[in-house]
Amino acid sequence: MATHAIRTTDLVKTYPKGQRALDGLSFSVGEGVVLGLLGPNGAGKSTTVKILTTLSRADSGTAQVAGYDVIREQDQVRHAIGYVPQKSSSDPMATGIENLVLGGRIYGLSRTDAVRRAAELLERFGLTEFGGRQVKTYSGGMQRKLDVALGLVHRPQVLFLDEPTTGLDPEARADLWTEVGRLAGSEGLTVLLTTHYLEEADRLADQLAIVDHGKIVAEGTPEGLKSELRGDSVHVELVDADTDGTVRSLLGQLPGITEIVAEGKVLRARVDHGATAVPAVLGILEDKAIPVSAVTVSRPSLDDVYLNYTGRSFQAAEEAA
Amino acid sequence: MTAAVAHTRFITGRWLRASYRQPALIIFTLVQPAIWLLLFGQVFQGVVKIPGFGDTSYIAFLTPGIVMMTALMSSGWSGTTFIADMERGVMDRLLASPVSRGGLMAGQLISNATNTLIQTVLVFVIGMAAGARYDGGPAGYAVTAVASMLVGIAFGSLSNAVALLTRQQEALIGISQFVSLPLTFMSSIMIDPQVAPHWVSVAARFNPVDWAAIAARQALSADPDWSSVLRHGGYLVAFTLIVAWLSTRAFRTYQRSV
Repeated sequence: MATHAIRTTDLVKTYPKGQRALDGLSFSVGEGVVLGLLGPNGAGKSTTVKILTTLSRADSGTAQVAGYDVIREQDQVRHAIGYVPQKSSSDPMATGIENLVLGGRIYGLSRTDAVRRAAELLERFGLTEFGGRQVKTYSGGMQRKLDVALGLVHRPQVLFLDEPTTGLDPEARADLWTEVGRLAGSEGLTVLLTTHYLEEADRLADQLAIVDHGKIVAEGTPEGLKSELRGDSVHVELVDADTDGTVRSLLGQLPGITEIVAEGKVLRARVDHGATAVPAVLGILEDKAIPVSAVTVSRPSLDDVYLNYTGRSFQAAEEAA
Repeated sequence: MTAAVAHTRFITGRWLRASYRQPALIIFTLVQPAIWLLLFGQVFQGVVKIPGFGDTSYIAFLTPGIVMMTALMSSGWSGTTFIADMERGVMDRLLASPVSRGGLMAGQLISNATNTLIQTVLVFVIGMAAGARYDGGPAGYAVTAVASMLVGIAFGSLSNAVALLTRQQEALIGISQFVSLPLTFMSSIMIDPQVAPHWVSVAARFNPVDWAAIAARQALSADPDWSSVLRHGGYLVAFTLIVAWLSTRAFRTYQRSV
């Protein structure tokens, strides 16, 4: 039997206001794997992380992290994990070094070890020269790196990164991706990363689990998930929204075209061969004098994977959330 | 248990360091009691002339009262640091770690009590400069200092508990002001309840801040009634232990809601 760093079975969680955050969520992650939990805001990603990090409790279902039960063996779980919450988790009044040393001491490191570990982590994240400055003087990107360092201070077996790059500018995001990419697989560390950036999931995760409405709707490697989708995807952008469904039914008449989804002015569809489908699509729309602003063909992206499993595009899900 | 003690020490260090890095706050917390002492000392000067008022020097009467009032008022702010931690991800990171919950609470309260102690010393320095004299000797000052720290710890943990339950800066400040003003006035902080309406002296009997003020004044007097000091001190210790325990429980309620 393969060892699982994380395993959840049928997690259900309803918040007091009656909102169901998790609705039977199950997945497992092997050791040393970077798992991306991908889903729009409100899909249940953070709730899952809070249950796995012992912060919150599921109403029903079970979960083990590093082989320990998150409820019955809370203390062992807490020693085995590092948690980088969505919001910055460093003390702004303390310096980088003080934050890391306090972090290490809490997990039982001696003062000497904690100081040594702090220096090591500052070096690893390129923060050495800022170690003696108060965190409130750090940029957003530097704070985020320190947050990740805080999650690693006690050499955890499983690291939880909740939306690690939300709110960062593109440069800081790319920078953090490099750092997280370097973590992956090092020292057998398992990483659970939640994100609502398709690109981030594609780039960092070895394995993906797509979450929608509190459930896992698809699991696999990013490549595997994409290759499961046959053919190409076609996006047709109209000048006017297809309110009465005319365009949709027109496209439906074409051979080899499936899974047509209309969202405002954009229609997405799957075709066997992009090269032959485009002229056919343009032809039929021109016959009916329906103005088109753009048609694009692409290999399936994670967005298409998402659309395929949830019936809506990622962006539409984000906007609805 | 040893982990809890060690964690308390680390957390105390964190808060003490944070407070000495805010010089403006330190000055404010020191100047404020000084102003109260001098202001109320002037405004209520005449109350000692009211028949039935126990003391003859108002400033000597007022000084221990202002010590307790200061401890109460500044501890009301205690929870704001918890809320700042919750607004960032600091609280969540700590609660997902093996840190002792008791240590998280105790460390912050000990750091608060240290600040209370400094304020207490300062209030006495000003009070004595303004003419207050005490015959009680070292034991009197020690009792006053301990009582003020207990007031700070008890109301500091209440403030922390409210912070964990409401998670809102505005709600916390509103509640703490709503509670601390009546506790100040329904007590012997500024006037001897003998000269106040009867219901005030009845209410004062159940007021932990008043227990502290009574214990301090007795201990500072020429001929202390030690049984009264012990009784009121005992109530205060019991009250502090109960609220400190309850506020540590509030972490669970907080976690249930995240």
